[in-house]
Amino acid sequence: MIIGLEHYLVVAAILFTLGIFGIFLNRKNVIIILMSVELILLAVNINLVAFSSFLGDIVGQVYALIVLTVAAAEASIGLAILVAYYRNRGSIAVEDINLMKG
Amino acid sequence: MYLAIVFLPLLGAVIAGLITLVGARNRLPGQDPPPPHDGHAAPLVPEGSARGAPRPQDAHAEIAHSSVEQHEPAEPSASGSPAAELITTTLLAISWVLSCYAFYDVGFLEHDAHVTVFNFITSGDLKVDWSLRIDPLTVVMLVVVTTVSGLVHLYSIGYMADDPYKPRFFSYLSFFTFAMLMLVTADNLAQLFFGWEGVGLASYLLIGFWFYKPEANAAAIKAFLVNRVGDFGFSLGIFAAFYLTGSIVFDTVFAQAPALVGKSFHFLSFDADMLTVICLLLFMGAMGKSAQFLLHTWLPDAMEGPTPVSALIHAATMVTAGVFMVARLSPLFELAPYAKSFVLFIGATTAIFAATVGLVQNDIKRIVAYSTCSQLGYMFVAMGSGAYSIGMFHLFTHAFFKALLFLGCGSVILAMHHEQDIRNMGGLWRKIPFTYATMLIGTLALTGFPFTAGFFSKDAIIEADDAIAGTIASYGFIMTVAAAALTSFYSWRLIFKTFHGEPHDRHHYDAARESPLVMLIPLAVLAIGSIGAGWPFVHIFEGLGAEEFFRSSLMIGANNHVLEAMEHLPLAISLAPTVMMLVGFLVAYQFYMRRPDLPVALAREQRVLYEFLLNAWYFDRIYDTLIVRPTLWLGRLLWKGGDGFVIDGFGPDGVSTRVLDVTRSVVRLQTGYLYHYAFAMLIGVAAFVTWFMFVGGPH
Repeated sequence: MIIGLEHYLVVAAILFTLGIFGIFLNRKNVIIILMSVELILLAVNINLVAFSSFLGDIVGQVYALIVLTVAAAEASIGLAILVAYYRNRGSIAVEDINLMKG
Repeated sequence: MYLAIVFLPLLGAVIAGLITLVGARNRLPGQDPPPPHDGHAAPLVPEGSARGAPRPQDAHAEIAHSSVEQHEPAEPSASGSPAAELITTTLLAISWVLSCYAFYDVGFLEHDAHVTVFNFITSGDLKVDWSLRIDPLTVVMLVVVTTVSGLVHLYSIGYMADDPYKPRFFSYLSFFTFAMLMLVTADNLAQLFFGWEGVGLASYLLIGFWFYKPEANAAAIKAFLVNRVGDFGFSLGIFAAFYLTGSIVFDTVFAQAPALVGKSFHFLSFDADMLTVICLLLFMGAMGKSAQFLLHTWLPDAMEGPTPVSALIHAATMVTAGVFMVARLSPLFELAPYAKSFVLFIGATTAIFAATVGLVQNDIKRIVAYSTCSQLGYMFVAMGSGAYSIGMFHLFTHAFFKALLFLGCGSVILAMHHEQDIRNMGGLWRKIPFTYATMLIGTLALTGFPFTAGFFSKDAIIEADDAIAGTIASYGFIMTVAAAALTSFYSWRLIFKTFHGEPHDRHHYDAARESPLVMLIPLAVLAIGSIGAGWPFVHIFEGLGAEEFFRSSLMIGANNHVLEAMEHLPLAISLAPTVMMLVGFLVAYQFYMRRPDLPVALAREQRVLYEFLLNAWYFDRIYDTLIVRPTLWLGRLLWKGGDGFVIDGFGPDGVSTRVLDVTRSVVRLQTGYLYHYAFAMLIGVAAFVTWFMFVGGPH
């Protein structure tokens, strides 16, 4: 079986969907939401790299590297916010985070 | 001079009012007034200190001893009380002296006057001035009002000695006097109405003077509301008069009145005679103010006020305002024979009605109140007969003896420590001989004992009524003669039950003492008036002398020969009232002196009749069922149904409530959970993508 572009795209789509559902269906922990966001970014990265290789354009891979750095920064800031939030409110359960309730 | 007569009492009222305000400020800086006293009649009169010169310290100490069970601390008199008493009484005395001079000047020297004070309203055709019209009719009223008012002021110094709110009381009294003087000196209907409402206001304030008594407040409101019914007719009458004559100044209206004879309003499908309508509407006001049949219910309840008030307002002066008004408007009434007949009918009905009710009452003040009602009926009989001067004569004499009776009652009540039930009195003549003597004189005058004041005026009314022909006049004659017997009976019943027989309440009887001098002087003066106000004035109120004295102030129509016809009545008619008076006296003597068990047996035998009379023909109950309850029901319907359901449900409040409901459900969308927001975003993105795929997208 020749592994073509479609396969990469399908894997990326599956990862993306997992990430989305990870955000919605998760009722426990905010960290899982962060992980899901990482998953979505990874799915995007796979797409970028796959297209880069398929089209022979190096720019896609460079862009994937930039996304990786942004994702690292985002993860670190997100975790820092979580720590601060936990100190303030004593819980990071998703159920408890509803200060925006009208 | 006339300005001084009218405005000195106002000055007194203002000064006393200021003293009240300053005193209240000093006593209660920045606080609410003290909580109301909880109970029964004037709680501020302690045992044993009810008389004598006001001695605040003594009174204080005794209160502390004798009324331990009363929770509220007794209050000392308001500061400045003596000043307020002195000022108002002095100003009124000056006013009285000037009034007496005016009586002589206008009445006998014929110096009628017309004083314009200033312009009140000018609006289109309507021109109203404040101006004083001084003619014989006015000066008679001036003398009556200032005499009684002055004496009542003096009397109140003694009667109210233990009341903490004296400056307020005197302020109200003087204000009342001012309003009454404004009423009697009015030159136009608007000013008459001003005085009319002024005395109504003063009456309201004074009935409710003891504001901590719920009954007093209820009585005050009742008096005010019942009077509004009459005033409604009165103001309609004024409007009608202005509509037809284009003026409300008396002279102009009277001058135009003859031109209106025979003309009629076309209203719906009725044709109503203009003058009759105007007169009936104006008389409606008089019925309210003078407590005539159907609108009388407020007067007995008004007895909740302090007794001097009852004497001044609800016996001698204010309630006679209606009589005065009919006399003042005699040029109109002379041209409206139907209205006159109606006046006669109402007067006669009131006379007999109030007299029957007076027979069985037990509250000493209520008996006198019904008696007042009855005597006012007499005055209206005279007015309805066309004998205006005779009605004024009775008003004049009645003021003396009725004020005397009321002030005497006050003295009795004070001696009995605010006991008002005559069943608990008895034998008091030994204890308070002076009050007894003056009350006796007042009763003789009221019953029309020969050669007292009441004899001349009351008999004249009955004669005047008999002198005119007609069914209603005959009705009036029978009723007034019968009422004369009843008057005699209930008056003597009061005297016998109060002053004779065995004391029923030993405790109060032993404590009873004569009132202080300051209260006895007015009694003495009024007693002299009750005897002497009759025959010296007969020639100016009766017969041809009346026309000479009153001149143009009382209009006697061309066909009105009452005063002349009175001279030619058979002797039997003239004697009838006197005979009736004797019958009433003898029956009362038999009932209450010789056989005290008779009335009790009679009351038991005639249970229904007794209850009927005791409850004043059930008028209060009828009004309650017919008017008060339906009104309450309607009010509740409009409140709950109209305001609560319709306006609040669908009106402005309803709209705002619906908006709130919508926003409340919208707010519920904002759960605050992150994943809900994210989900909404996703749905949005999905929707956009779908839209681009199928509709938009690159072409």
